[in-house]
Amino acid sequence: MPNAQAPTLTFSPGASSGQGACVSASGAWQVQPLAQGHAMKAIIALLQPLQGGAGVTWDLTRIDSMDHIGAQLFWNAWGKARPAQLQLAPGHEEFFKRLEQAGALTMPPRRLERLTSVMLLGLALLSFFAHATGFIALLGQVMQDAWRFLRHPMRGPWKEISANIYHAGFQALGITALVGFLIGVVLSYLSAQQLRAFGGDIYLVNLLGMSIIRELGPLLAAILVAGRSGSSITAQLGVMRVTEELDAMLVMGISHGFRLIMPKVLSLALAMPLLVIWTDAMALTGGMISARIELGLSPWYFIQKLPDAVPLANYMIGLGKGVVFGILIGLVACHFGLRIKPNTESLGHGTTTSVVTAITVVILADAMFAIVFSGVGF
Amino acid sequence: MSEPQATAESAAPEVEVTGLWTQFGSTVVHQDLNLTIARGEILSIVGGSGTGKTVLLRQMLGLEQPRRGSVRVFGEDINLADLDHLQQLRNHSGMLFQQGALYSALTVFDNVAQPMRELRTLPDDLVRDAVLLKLHMVGLGPEHAAKMPSDLSGGMVKRVALARALALEPRLLFLDEPTAGLDPDLSESFVALILSLHRELGLTVVMVTHDLDTLFALSTRIAVLAEKRVIAIGTTRDIIEIEHPFIKQFFLGERGKRALAVFDQRQAQTQKQIGE
Repeated sequence: MPNAQAPTLTFSPGASSGQGACVSASGAWQVQPLAQGHAMKAIIALLQPLQGGAGVTWDLTRIDSMDHIGAQLFWNAWGKARPAQLQLAPGHEEFFKRLEQAGALTMPPRRLERLTSVMLLGLALLSFFAHATGFIALLGQVMQDAWRFLRHPMRGPWKEISANIYHAGFQALGITALVGFLIGVVLSYLSAQQLRAFGGDIYLVNLLGMSIIRELGPLLAAILVAGRSGSSITAQLGVMRVTEELDAMLVMGISHGFRLIMPKVLSLALAMPLLVIWTDAMALTGGMISARIELGLSPWYFIQKLPDAVPLANYMIGLGKGVVFGILIGLVACHFGLRIKPNTESLGHGTTTSVVTAITVVILADAMFAIVFSGVGF
Repeated sequence: MSEPQATAESAAPEVEVTGLWTQFGSTVVHQDLNLTIARGEILSIVGGSGTGKTVLLRQMLGLEQPRRGSVRVFGEDINLADLDHLQQLRNHSGMLFQQGALYSALTVFDNVAQPMRELRTLPDDLVRDAVLLKLHMVGLGPEHAAKMPSDLSGGMVKRVALARALALEPRLLFLDEPTAGLDPDLSESFVALILSLHRELGLTVVMVTHDLDTLFALSTRIAVLAEKRVIAIGTTRDIIEIEHPFIKQFFLGERGKRALAVFDQRQAQTQKQIGE
């Protein structure tokens, strides 16, 4: 490493000797030594009072080495003009020549955008409508592509669909099983405590069966898939935008909708109900084990009682929710993925928004289901 | 850290690669590669695609660890240096990445200002002036300073990246395909800029390039990478004399001959000017 001499600046008023004041500098006026320790502060404190001062002699001949930042420091102290009395070391002339040549460089004034709260509200509304129309257009696009797929199933993107089912479905089995099982255990344990107080132990099956099959199973699976697959779809599409892969596909005549979006939405619509069944089963297993320990209910009794306690309609509603949630997650993820701009910030922001929106939309849809099917399955 | 003697240091090479082995999986990229780069030279590394030129640059920056062998920069083995030390070494070197590698979330101005602000001691107005000067040096006016990297053309990205690589006035500049994607006029001014910086700051440049015109105009020495090692290193004249299929093909193809003719013409011109 270069062991450069620290840059120093000495100021001699020299008024008595008849000459004008003289500033002499020595050492290495390069950015690294300048930035070390307090060198910069000391130099600025010395240069400040000399700002644009005429009649000062500048002796820079003892400077060992210089760079543009060191030169700029002097240049700024001189008020961006060469002083009358200046002595330079050989070879340092070029720096100042370059600075002189460059002339006054000023940043263009930044346009300040001041928005009132009303304008902000308007902007938020406009962006909401833009998202809403974009989302509806995407839905229409997927419908059209699905129709095209139905008419010519042999030419469909089977490989993409199977790959997506594998990623979104099969690879999610572990995490949905774990979360489902634990929620089942907790729910069963808490309910058992309450039910025992009323002596209604055997109603645990009804309580667990209804809540898990109709509500919790689909919702848990959807939230986990939204976090897992939703974010990965958004990020994947976003990176494809950044690396211009999306454009390359268009140029080759490969439609985004048919080869990227429809397979993702379709495979989520297929994988989600299967995941719902799996999560239901795992949660009920957890509940069963907990009931065995807490209330002494035998698993055999639990399984026998389940079909009576939970009418089949609930199971169908759960599966239907799975399909709808899957489609919604896929659509939301693709919608935000396609809107990512080619920079890293937008990628991070888009992925977050996608997951948050997907989960919100799933819960909204769940509420709709509750209203629409309020009289079914009891 | 122990500071080497000033006299010994000036004689020591800027970069010294000894016995370097690089392996990706079962493919050996470098096999016992040796390369010494002296202070103040402009060394170009040429070689076919996949011969590990970019990997070699990355190893000199400590971004990749070699399987075997040592890489010494400014006399220090960068694979043994601790983090602080490595940072110091890196502060003295600049790298121009092949794709620019600008921070996409920052404006052009902030991209170039970033390394200066990292020092934490430079006052804002100095940083502003220095950044605008750097941009001016690479031929970009202040009107481009507020733009985002995604709004720039490929050539502009390269130039901003160069301005950023030069931000801390490095002693050692690594250039990976600096003129790829630049139009001929810009390539020309790029060559002029590197030459003038080389003269003023005495910096050492290590460059990977396929552009023969840039290669001939800039390099003081050329290192040829083939057969997993440096098969030849020397001045342009020395290299093209060597009988080797790759060298023949690379330098003495149709394009090579044309570039060489231009190079000869220029040299003759400068000789004449010096003579007058």
